[in-house]
Amino acid sequence: MTEPGTELKTPLYAKHVAHGGKIVPFAGYLLPVQYEAGVIREHQAVRENVGLFDVSHMGEVLFEGPDALANIQRLLCNDYATLQDGRVRYSPMLNAQGGVIDDVLVYRYAQEKYLMVVNAANRHKDVAHILAERFGQADVTDISDQLCQLALQGPKAEAVLRTLVPAEQIPQKYYSFIPEVQVGGIPVLLSRTGYTGEDGFELYAKAEQAEALFDVLCAAGEPFGLQLCGLGCRDTLRMEAAMPLYGHEMDDTVTPLETGLGHYVKLDKPSFIGREALLAAGEPKRARIGLKMIGRGIAREHFPVYAGERRIGQTTSGTHCPTVGPVAMALVEAPYQTVGTQLVVEIRGQRVAAEIVPLPFYARKK
Amino acid sequence: MEIKNDRLYAESHEWVLFENETTATVGLSDFAQSELGDLVFVNLPQVGDTVTVGETFADVESVKAVSDIYSPVTGTVAAINEALLDAPQTINEDAYGAWLVKVENITAKGALMDAAAYRALTEK
Repeated sequence: MTEPGTELKTPLYAKHVAHGGKIVPFAGYLLPVQYEAGVIREHQAVRENVGLFDVSHMGEVLFEGPDALANIQRLLCNDYATLQDGRVRYSPMLNAQGGVIDDVLVYRYAQEKYLMVVNAANRHKDVAHILAERFGQADVTDISDQLCQLALQGPKAEAVLRTLVPAEQIPQKYYSFIPEVQVGGIPVLLSRTGYTGEDGFELYAKAEQAEALFDVLCAAGEPFGLQLCGLGCRDTLRMEAAMPLYGHEMDDTVTPLETGLGHYVKLDKPSFIGREALLAAGEPKRARIGLKMIGRGIAREHFPVYAGERRIGQTTSGTHCPTVGPVAMALVEAPYQTVGTQLVVEIRGQRVAAEIVPLPFYARKK
Repeated sequence: MEIKNDRLYAESHEWVLFENETTATVGLSDFAQSELGDLVFVNLPQVGDTVTVGETFADVESVKAVSDIYSPVTGTVAAINEALLDAPQTINEDAYGAWLVKVENITAKGALMDAAAYRALTEK
Protein backbone atom coordinates (compact mmCIF):
# COMPACT_ATOMS: atom_id res chain seq x y z
CA MET A 1 0.00 0.00 0.00
CA THR A 2 1.02 3.59 -0.52
CA GLU A 3 2.23 5.56 2.49
CA PRO A 4 -0.20 8.35 3.40
CA GLY A 5 1.02 11.65 2.03
CA THR A 6 2.86 10.10 -0.91
CA GLU A 7 -0.18 9.64 -3.16
CA LEU A 8 0.10 10.76 -6.76
CA LYS A 9 -2.20 13.22 -8.50
CA THR A 10 -3.72 12.53 -11.87
CA PRO A 11 -3.40 15.28 -14.50
CA LEU A 12 -7.00 16.27 -13.59
CA TYR A 13 -6.48 16.80 -9.86
CA ALA A 14 -6.88 20.58 -10.07
CA LYS A 15 -10.11 20.14 -12.05
CA HIS A 16 -11.54 17.85 -9.38
CA VAL A 17 -10.79 20.35 -6.65
CA ALA A 18 -12.17 23.24 -8.73
CA HIS A 19 -15.41 21.29 -9.35
CA GLY A 20 -15.95 20.50 -5.66
CA GLY A 21 -14.68 16.91 -5.69
CA LYS A 22 -14.25 15.30 -2.25
CA ILE A 23 -10.71 13.98 -2.55
CA VAL A 24 -9.65 10.63 -1.05
CA PRO A 25 -6.60 8.39 -1.47
CA PHE A 26 -7.28 5.41 -3.71
CA ALA A 27 -4.78 2.92 -5.17
CA GLY A 28 -1.94 5.35 -4.57
CA TYR A 29 -3.73 8.33 -6.16
CA LEU A 30 -5.72 11.27 -4.87
CA LEU A 31 -9.10 11.04 -6.59
CA PRO A 32 -12.63 12.36 -6.01
CA VAL A 33 -14.92 9.91 -4.22
CA GLN A 34 -17.82 12.17 -5.17
CA TYR A 35 -18.66 15.72 -6.22
CA GLU A 36 -21.30 17.93 -4.65
CA ALA A 37 -24.16 16.03 -6.32
CA GLY A 38 -23.34 12.96 -4.20
CA VAL A 39 -23.02 9.27 -4.98
CA ILE A 40 -26.71 8.58 -5.61
CA ARG A 41 -27.28 11.40 -8.10
CA GLU A 42 -23.99 10.66 -9.84
CA HIS A 43 -25.00 6.99 -10.11
CA GLN A 44 -28.43 7.86 -11.50
CA ALA A 45 -26.91 10.27 -14.04
CA VAL A 46 -24.91 7.37 -15.53
CA ARG A 47 -27.97 5.09 -15.60
CA GLU A 48 -30.21 7.74 -17.17
CA ASN A 49 -28.03 10.28 -18.98
CA VAL A 50 -24.26 10.50 -19.00
CA GLY A 51 -21.41 10.73 -16.48
CA LEU A 52 -17.73 11.64 -16.79
CA PHE A 53 -15.05 9.89 -14.71
CA ASP A 54 -11.31 10.49 -14.40
CA VAL A 55 -9.74 7.05 -14.55
CA SER A 56 -6.22 8.26 -15.30
CA HIS A 57 -4.92 6.19 -12.39
CA MET A 58 -5.32 3.05 -14.53
CA GLY A 59 -2.03 1.70 -15.90
CA GLU A 60 -1.18 1.14 -19.56
CA VAL A 61 1.52 -1.20 -20.83
CA LEU A 62 2.50 -1.35 -24.51
CA PHE A 63 3.60 -4.66 -26.12
CA GLU A 64 5.39 -4.37 -29.48
CA GLY A 65 7.30 -6.77 -31.69
CA PRO A 66 7.04 -10.08 -33.53
CA ASP A 67 6.54 -11.98 -30.26
CA ALA A 68 4.13 -9.52 -28.61
CA LEU A 69 1.14 -11.79 -29.24
CA ALA A 70 3.00 -14.89 -28.05
CA ASN A 71 3.87 -13.12 -24.80
CA ILE A 72 0.26 -12.03 -24.25
CA GLN A 73 -0.97 -15.54 -25.03
CA ARG A 74 1.33 -16.95 -22.37
CA LEU A 75 0.56 -14.24 -19.76
CA LEU A 76 -3.22 -14.30 -20.09
CA CYS A 77 -5.75 -17.12 -19.84
CA ASN A 78 -8.17 -15.72 -22.43
CA ASP A 79 -7.40 -16.40 -26.11
CA TYR A 80 -6.02 -13.52 -28.17
CA ALA A 81 -5.22 -15.53 -31.31
CA THR A 82 -8.64 -14.61 -32.67
CA LEU A 83 -8.64 -10.96 -31.62
CA GLN A 84 -8.88 -8.61 -34.59
CA ASP A 85 -7.29 -5.19 -35.05
CA GLY A 86 -9.39 -2.52 -33.36
CA ARG A 87 -10.92 -4.91 -30.85
CA VAL A 88 -10.60 -5.20 -27.08
CA ARG A 89 -10.67 -8.34 -24.93
CA TYR A 90 -10.77 -8.85 -21.16
CA SER A 91 -8.71 -11.44 -19.30
CA PRO A 92 -7.51 -12.39 -15.86
CA MET A 93 -3.69 -12.67 -15.58
CA LEU A 94 -2.74 -15.67 -13.43
CA ASN A 95 0.17 -16.77 -11.30
CA ALA A 96 1.55 -20.32 -11.54
CA GLN A 97 -0.87 -21.41 -8.80
CA GLY A 98 -3.86 -20.25 -10.85
CA GLY A 99 -4.53 -17.23 -8.59
CA VAL A 100 -5.32 -13.87 -10.15
CA ILE A 101 -2.44 -11.35 -10.36
CA ASP A 102 -4.70 -8.80 -12.03
CA ASP A 103 -7.54 -8.51 -14.53
CA VAL A 104 -6.78 -6.55 -17.65
CA LEU A 105 -8.05 -5.31 -21.00
CA VAL A 106 -5.94 -5.84 -24.11
CA TYR A 107 -6.33 -3.59 -27.16
CA ARG A 108 -5.06 -4.90 -30.48
CA TYR A 109 -3.67 -2.18 -32.72
CA ALA A 110 -2.00 -4.61 -35.13
CA GLN A 111 -0.49 -8.10 -35.29
CA GLU A 112 2.63 -6.80 -33.52
CA LYS A 113 1.22 -4.03 -31.29
CA TYR A 114 -1.03 -4.30 -28.21
CA LEU A 115 -1.98 -2.11 -25.27
CA MET A 116 -2.68 -3.77 -21.92
CA VAL A 117 -4.72 -1.73 -19.42
CA VAL A 118 -4.14 -2.75 -15.79
CA ASN A 119 -5.42 -1.76 -12.35
CA ALA A 120 -3.54 1.13 -10.74
CA ALA A 121 -2.87 -0.72 -7.50
CA ASN A 122 -1.34 -3.66 -9.40
CA ARG A 123 0.65 -1.78 -12.01
CA HIS A 124 4.15 -2.27 -10.59
CA LYS A 125 3.47 -5.89 -9.62
CA ASP A 126 2.11 -6.55 -13.12
CA VAL A 127 5.03 -4.93 -14.93
CA ALA A 128 7.54 -6.88 -12.82
CA HIS A 129 5.70 -10.11 -13.62
CA ILE A 130 5.42 -9.31 -17.34
CA LEU A 131 9.12 -8.48 -17.58
CA ALA A 132 10.14 -11.57 -15.63
CA GLU A 133 8.14 -13.78 -17.99
CA ARG A 134 9.03 -11.94 -21.20
CA PHE A 135 10.60 -13.93 -24.04
CA GLY A 136 11.56 -13.50 -27.71
CA GLN A 137 11.26 -10.23 -29.60
CA ALA A 138 8.77 -8.19 -27.59
CA ASP A 139 9.27 -4.69 -26.23
CA VAL A 140 7.26 -3.99 -23.08
CA THR A 141 6.84 -0.35 -22.08
CA ASP A 142 4.91 1.06 -19.12
CA ILE A 143 3.38 4.24 -20.58
CA SER A 144 0.93 4.87 -17.69
CA ASP A 145 2.41 8.21 -16.73
CA GLN A 146 2.21 9.56 -20.28
CA LEU A 147 -1.53 9.04 -20.56
CA CYS A 148 -4.77 10.26 -19.07
CA GLN A 149 -7.98 8.26 -19.28
CA LEU A 150 -11.52 9.60 -19.11
CA ALA A 151 -14.64 7.44 -19.03
CA LEU A 152 -17.79 8.88 -20.61
CA GLN A 153 -20.55 6.53 -19.53
CA GLY A 154 -24.30 6.30 -19.89
CA PRO A 155 -27.07 6.01 -22.49
CA LYS A 156 -26.37 9.52 -23.80
CA ALA A 157 -22.58 9.08 -24.09
CA GLU A 158 -22.73 8.48 -27.83
CA ALA A 159 -24.95 11.53 -28.37
CA VAL A 160 -22.35 13.67 -26.57
CA LEU A 161 -19.55 12.32 -28.76
CA ARG A 162 -21.61 12.87 -31.90
CA THR A 163 -21.44 16.61 -31.30
CA LEU A 164 -17.61 16.34 -31.38
CA VAL A 165 -16.73 13.50 -33.74
CA PRO A 166 -18.07 12.35 -37.16
CA ALA A 167 -20.34 9.31 -36.76
CA GLU A 168 -17.98 7.00 -38.68
CA GLN A 169 -15.20 7.71 -36.15
CA ILE A 170 -17.28 6.47 -33.22
CA PRO A 171 -16.70 2.75 -32.56
CA GLN A 172 -20.05 1.00 -32.98
CA LYS A 173 -19.39 -2.42 -31.47
CA TYR A 174 -18.96 -2.85 -27.74
CA TYR A 175 -15.32 -3.70 -26.97
CA SER A 176 -14.00 -2.07 -30.15
CA PHE A 177 -11.83 1.04 -30.54
CA ILE A 178 -10.34 3.50 -33.00
CA PRO A 179 -6.67 4.28 -32.28
CA GLU A 180 -6.77 7.96 -33.16
CA VAL A 181 -9.82 10.17 -33.29
CA GLN A 182 -9.81 13.97 -33.03
CA VAL A 183 -12.08 15.00 -30.13
CA GLY A 184 -12.27 18.78 -30.10
CA GLY A 185 -8.88 18.86 -31.82
CA ILE A 186 -7.29 16.49 -29.29
CA PRO A 187 -6.00 13.13 -30.54
CA VAL A 188 -7.68 10.37 -28.53
CA LEU A 189 -7.83 6.57 -28.52
CA LEU A 190 -11.60 6.11 -28.49
CA SER A 191 -12.82 2.84 -27.01
CA ARG A 192 -16.38 1.60 -26.52
CA THR A 193 -15.78 0.04 -23.12
CA GLY A 194 -16.54 0.77 -19.48
CA TYR A 195 -17.05 -0.38 -15.95
CA THR A 196 -20.58 0.79 -15.22
CA GLY A 197 -22.95 -1.68 -16.88
CA GLU A 198 -24.06 1.07 -19.28
CA ASP A 199 -23.09 1.88 -22.82
CA GLY A 200 -20.14 4.22 -22.87
CA PHE A 201 -16.64 5.09 -23.94
CA GLU A 202 -13.17 5.31 -22.52
CA LEU A 203 -10.87 7.97 -23.98
CA TYR A 204 -7.09 7.79 -23.71
CA ALA A 205 -5.04 10.90 -24.49
CA LYS A 206 -1.68 12.40 -23.69
CA ALA A 207 -1.49 13.45 -20.03
CA GLU A 208 -0.73 17.08 -20.94
CA GLN A 209 -4.01 17.28 -22.86
CA ALA A 210 -6.12 15.90 -20.01
CA GLU A 211 -7.52 19.25 -18.87
CA ALA A 212 -8.38 20.38 -22.40
CA LEU A 213 -10.15 17.06 -23.10
CA PHE A 214 -12.00 17.26 -19.78
CA ASP A 215 -13.24 20.77 -20.66
CA VAL A 216 -14.29 19.73 -24.18
CA LEU A 217 -16.32 16.79 -22.84
CA CYS A 218 -17.90 18.83 -20.03
CA ALA A 219 -19.03 21.53 -22.47
CA ALA A 220 -20.34 19.03 -25.03
CA GLY A 221 -22.11 17.06 -22.32
CA GLU A 222 -23.85 19.93 -20.62
CA PRO A 223 -26.98 19.91 -22.84
CA PHE A 224 -27.30 16.17 -22.14
CA GLY A 225 -27.16 16.52 -18.36
CA LEU A 226 -23.56 15.34 -18.04
CA GLN A 227 -22.61 14.76 -14.40
CA LEU A 228 -19.06 14.60 -13.05
CA CYS A 229 -18.72 11.27 -11.26
CA GLY A 230 -16.41 10.02 -8.53
CA LEU A 231 -15.13 6.68 -7.29
CA GLY A 232 -18.17 6.18 -5.05
CA CYS A 233 -20.62 5.72 -7.89
CA ARG A 234 -18.00 3.92 -9.98
CA ASP A 235 -18.18 1.26 -7.27
CA THR A 236 -21.99 1.15 -6.98
CA LEU A 237 -22.35 1.05 -10.77
CA ARG A 238 -19.88 -1.81 -11.23
CA MET A 239 -21.42 -3.59 -8.25
CA GLU A 240 -24.92 -3.53 -9.77
CA ALA A 241 -23.44 -4.84 -13.01
CA ALA A 242 -21.63 -7.54 -10.93
CA MET A 243 -18.31 -6.61 -12.50
CA PRO A 244 -15.58 -8.06 -10.30
CA LEU A 245 -13.11 -5.70 -8.64
CA TYR A 246 -9.55 -6.79 -8.07
CA GLY A 247 -8.76 -7.15 -4.36
CA HIS A 248 -12.42 -7.93 -3.65
CA GLU A 249 -13.90 -10.66 -5.84
CA MET A 250 -10.43 -11.96 -6.69
CA ASP A 251 -6.80 -11.80 -5.65
CA ASP A 252 -3.64 -13.89 -5.80
CA THR A 253 -5.34 -16.69 -3.84
CA VAL A 254 -8.60 -16.90 -5.80
CA THR A 255 -8.80 -18.63 -9.19
CA PRO A 256 -10.85 -17.13 -12.04
CA LEU A 257 -12.99 -20.29 -12.06
CA GLU A 258 -13.90 -19.77 -8.40
CA THR A 259 -14.90 -16.17 -8.92
CA GLY A 260 -17.10 -16.86 -11.91
CA LEU A 261 -14.76 -15.80 -14.70
CA GLY A 262 -14.61 -19.21 -16.38
CA HIS A 263 -15.87 -17.65 -19.60
CA TYR A 264 -12.50 -15.87 -19.87
CA VAL A 265 -10.39 -18.97 -19.18
CA LYS A 266 -9.56 -20.92 -22.34
CA LEU A 267 -8.22 -24.20 -20.99
CA ASP A 268 -8.09 -25.52 -24.56
CA LYS A 269 -5.31 -23.02 -25.32
CA PRO A 270 -2.04 -25.04 -25.48
CA SER A 271 -0.35 -23.15 -22.66
CA PHE A 272 -0.63 -20.15 -20.39
CA ILE A 273 0.69 -19.39 -16.92
CA GLY A 274 -1.60 -21.01 -14.35
CA ARG A 275 -3.16 -23.54 -16.73
CA GLU A 276 -1.62 -26.64 -15.13
CA ALA A 277 -2.69 -25.51 -11.65
CA LEU A 278 -6.27 -24.92 -12.81
CA LEU A 279 -6.40 -28.34 -14.49
CA ALA A 280 -4.96 -30.02 -11.38
CA ALA A 281 -7.45 -28.27 -9.11
CA GLY A 282 -10.43 -29.60 -11.07
CA GLU A 283 -13.92 -28.33 -10.35
CA PRO A 284 -13.81 -25.09 -8.33
CA LYS A 285 -14.54 -25.53 -4.63
CA ARG A 286 -15.83 -21.99 -4.20
CA ALA A 287 -18.27 -19.89 -6.17
CA ARG A 288 -19.12 -16.20 -6.42
CA ILE A 289 -22.75 -15.51 -5.61
CA GLY A 290 -25.02 -12.48 -5.53
CA LEU A 291 -26.93 -11.76 -2.32
CA LYS A 292 -29.93 -9.55 -1.77
CA MET A 293 -30.49 -8.59 1.83
CA ILE A 294 -33.90 -9.62 3.17
CA GLY A 295 -33.43 -8.41 6.74
CA ARG A 296 -32.53 -4.84 7.65
CA GLY A 297 -28.87 -4.11 7.14
CA ILE A 298 -26.12 -3.46 4.64
CA ALA A 299 -23.47 -6.12 4.13
CA ARG A 300 -20.00 -4.71 3.49
CA GLU A 301 -16.89 -6.61 2.38
CA HIS A 302 -15.41 -9.44 4.49
CA PHE A 303 -18.58 -10.18 6.48
CA PRO A 304 -19.10 -13.88 7.34
CA VAL A 305 -21.77 -15.77 5.39
CA TYR A 306 -23.63 -18.73 6.91
CA ALA A 307 -25.93 -21.47 5.69
CA GLY A 308 -27.78 -22.14 8.93
CA GLU A 309 -24.99 -22.49 11.49
CA ARG A 310 -22.30 -23.46 8.96
CA ARG A 311 -19.92 -20.72 7.91
CA ILE A 312 -19.59 -21.13 4.13
CA GLY A 313 -17.60 -18.05 3.12
CA GLN A 314 -17.56 -14.29 3.22
CA THR A 315 -18.77 -11.26 1.33
CA THR A 316 -16.31 -9.72 -1.14
CA SER A 317 -18.16 -6.45 -1.82
CA GLY A 318 -21.36 -5.03 -0.48
CA THR A 319 -23.20 -1.76 -0.29
CA HIS A 320 -26.54 -0.09 -0.76
CA CYS A 321 -26.90 0.30 -4.52
CA PRO A 322 -29.05 3.17 -5.78
CA THR A 323 -30.92 1.10 -8.39
CA VAL A 324 -31.21 -2.28 -6.62
CA GLY A 325 -30.89 -1.55 -2.88
CA PRO A 326 -28.71 -3.44 -0.37
CA VAL A 327 -26.81 -6.21 -2.15
CA ALA A 328 -23.51 -8.04 -1.79
CA MET A 329 -21.29 -10.45 -3.65
CA ALA A 330 -19.71 -13.32 -1.75
CA LEU A 331 -17.31 -16.20 -2.25
CA VAL A 332 -18.85 -19.31 -0.72
CA GLU A 333 -18.44 -23.09 -0.77
CA ALA A 334 -19.48 -24.30 -4.21
CA PRO A 335 -22.53 -26.38 -3.12
CA TYR A 336 -24.20 -23.20 -1.85
CA GLN A 337 -24.74 -21.28 -5.09
CA THR A 338 -28.30 -22.08 -6.08
CA VAL A 339 -30.43 -19.02 -6.74
CA GLY A 340 -33.18 -18.74 -4.14
CA THR A 341 -31.11 -20.27 -1.31
CA GLN A 342 -31.61 -18.48 2.01
CA LEU A 343 -28.35 -17.56 3.75
CA VAL A 344 -27.32 -15.35 6.66
CA VAL A 345 -24.79 -12.52 6.66
CA GLU A 346 -23.28 -11.51 9.98
CA ILE A 347 -23.32 -7.71 10.08
CA ARG A 348 -21.27 -6.47 13.04
CA GLY A 349 -22.51 -9.28 15.28
CA GLN A 350 -26.10 -9.33 13.97
CA ARG A 351 -27.37 -12.22 11.85
CA VAL A 352 -29.27 -10.78 8.89
CA ALA A 353 -31.18 -12.89 6.35
CA ALA A 354 -30.18 -12.77 2.69
CA GLU A 355 -31.14 -14.64 -0.46
CA ILE A 356 -29.02 -15.76 -3.40
CA VAL A 357 -30.13 -13.88 -6.51
CA PRO A 358 -28.83 -14.08 -10.09
CA LEU A 359 -25.92 -11.91 -11.18
CA PRO A 360 -25.80 -9.24 -12.45
CA PHE A 361 -28.12 -7.37 -10.11
CA TYR A 362 -28.75 -4.89 -12.90
CA ALA A 363 -28.59 -5.32 -16.68
CA ARG A 364 -29.29 -2.49 -19.08
CA LYS A 365 -32.01 -2.87 -21.67
CA LYS A 366 -30.31 -3.54 -25.00
CA MET B 1 -23.41 24.90 6.13
CA GLU B 2 -26.30 25.65 8.43
CA ILE B 3 -25.75 25.79 12.19
CA LYS B 4 -28.89 26.57 14.18
CA ASN B 5 -28.59 28.92 17.13
CA ASP B 6 -31.44 27.33 19.10
CA ARG B 7 -29.51 24.21 20.16
CA LEU B 8 -26.23 22.79 21.45
CA TYR B 9 -23.67 20.60 19.73
CA ALA B 10 -21.31 17.77 20.65
CA GLU B 11 -17.78 17.46 19.31
CA SER B 12 -18.89 14.28 17.52
CA HIS B 13 -21.42 16.40 15.51
CA GLU B 14 -24.71 15.55 17.19
CA TRP B 15 -27.12 18.36 18.01
CA VAL B 16 -29.17 18.52 21.25
CA LEU B 17 -32.31 20.58 21.69
CA PHE B 18 -33.45 20.76 25.32
CA GLU B 19 -37.16 21.05 26.09
CA ASN B 20 -36.35 21.36 29.77
CA GLU B 21 -33.55 20.28 32.13
CA THR B 22 -34.24 16.55 31.76
CA THR B 23 -35.72 16.15 28.28
CA ALA B 24 -34.03 16.73 24.91
CA THR B 25 -34.16 15.78 21.24
CA VAL B 26 -30.98 14.58 19.52
CA GLY B 27 -30.02 14.63 15.85
CA LEU B 28 -27.09 14.97 13.45
CA SER B 29 -25.71 18.34 12.41
CA ASP B 30 -25.85 19.64 8.87
CA PHE B 31 -22.04 19.45 8.83
CA ALA B 32 -22.20 15.76 9.79
CA GLN B 33 -24.70 14.84 7.09
CA SER B 34 -22.66 16.69 4.49
CA GLU B 35 -19.47 14.89 5.51
CA LEU B 36 -21.22 11.50 5.57
CA GLY B 37 -22.80 11.88 2.13
CA ASP B 38 -26.00 10.24 0.94
CA LEU B 39 -27.40 8.26 3.87
CA VAL B 40 -29.09 4.98 2.99
CA PHE B 41 -29.56 3.26 6.33
CA VAL B 42 -30.26 4.19 9.96
CA ASN B 43 -30.21 1.99 13.06
CA LEU B 44 -31.96 3.48 16.09
CA PRO B 45 -32.28 2.25 19.69
CA GLN B 46 -35.64 1.17 21.14
CA VAL B 47 -37.91 3.22 23.34
CA GLY B 48 -36.94 2.51 26.95
CA ASP B 49 -33.25 1.89 26.14
CA THR B 50 -30.68 3.71 28.25
CA VAL B 51 -28.23 5.97 26.44
CA THR B 52 -24.96 7.14 27.99
CA VAL B 53 -22.81 10.18 27.30
CA GLY B 54 -20.07 9.37 24.80
CA GLU B 55 -21.38 5.89 24.02
CA THR B 56 -22.79 4.85 20.66
CA PHE B 57 -26.58 4.56 20.55
CA ALA B 58 -27.29 4.50 16.82
CA ASP B 59 -25.52 4.17 13.51
CA VAL B 60 -26.01 5.57 10.06
CA GLU B 61 -24.68 4.24 6.80
CA SER B 62 -23.88 6.05 3.62
CA VAL B 63 -23.29 4.24 0.35
CA LYS B 64 -19.64 3.97 1.32
CA ALA B 65 -19.39 3.53 5.08
CA VAL B 66 -20.93 2.96 8.50
CA SER B 67 -20.69 5.69 11.14
CA ASP B 68 -21.53 5.38 14.82
CA ILE B 69 -23.58 8.08 16.51
CA TYR B 70 -22.60 8.96 20.08
CA SER B 71 -25.00 10.08 22.74
CA PRO B 72 -24.48 13.63 24.00
CA VAL B 73 -26.54 12.90 27.13
CA THR B 74 -27.29 10.12 29.62
CA GLY B 75 -30.95 9.22 29.95
CA THR B 76 -33.78 7.04 28.69
CA VAL B 77 -35.07 6.90 25.12
CA ALA B 78 -38.62 8.30 25.17
CA ALA B 79 -39.26 8.24 21.42
CA ILE B 80 -37.51 7.39 18.17
CA ASN B 81 -38.06 8.94 14.76
CA GLU B 82 -39.38 5.82 13.05
CA ALA B 83 -39.90 7.65 9.76
CA LEU B 84 -36.11 7.71 9.33
CA LEU B 85 -35.96 3.92 9.12
CA ASP B 86 -37.66 4.05 5.74
CA ALA B 87 -36.32 7.44 4.66
CA PRO B 88 -32.78 7.96 5.96
CA GLN B 89 -32.17 10.56 3.25
CA THR B 90 -34.40 12.90 5.29
CA ILE B 91 -31.27 13.56 7.39
CA ASN B 92 -29.46 14.82 4.28
CA GLU B 93 -32.42 16.95 3.28
CA ASP B 94 -33.21 18.48 6.68
CA ALA B 95 -30.65 17.64 9.35
CA TYR B 96 -32.32 19.81 12.00
CA GLY B 97 -35.83 18.53 11.34
CA ALA B 98 -34.80 14.88 11.09
CA TRP B 99 -34.34 14.14 14.79
CA LEU B 100 -33.12 10.68 15.80
CA VAL B 101 -34.33 10.20 19.37
CA LYS B 102 -36.04 12.01 22.20
CA VAL B 103 -34.33 11.37 25.56
CA GLU B 104 -35.96 11.86 29.00
CA ASN B 105 -34.79 11.49 32.60
CA ILE B 106 -31.48 13.08 31.59
CA THR B 107 -28.98 12.78 34.43
CA ALA B 108 -25.75 13.81 32.67
CA LYS B 109 -24.62 15.88 29.69
CA GLY B 110 -21.40 15.74 27.71
CA ALA B 111 -19.30 18.78 26.87
CA LEU B 112 -21.75 20.65 24.67
CA MET B 113 -21.00 23.73 22.58
CA ASP B 114 -23.17 26.62 21.53
CA ALA B 115 -23.58 27.42 17.84
CA ALA B 116 -20.63 29.84 17.73
CA ALA B 117 -18.23 27.36 19.30
CA TYR B 118 -19.50 24.59 17.03
CA ARG B 119 -19.10 26.78 13.97
CA ALA B 120 -15.49 27.39 14.98
CA LEU B 121 -14.95 23.62 15.27
CA THR B 122 -16.33 22.91 11.81
CA GLU B 123 -14.23 25.66 10.26
CA LYS B 124 -10.96 24.34 11.68
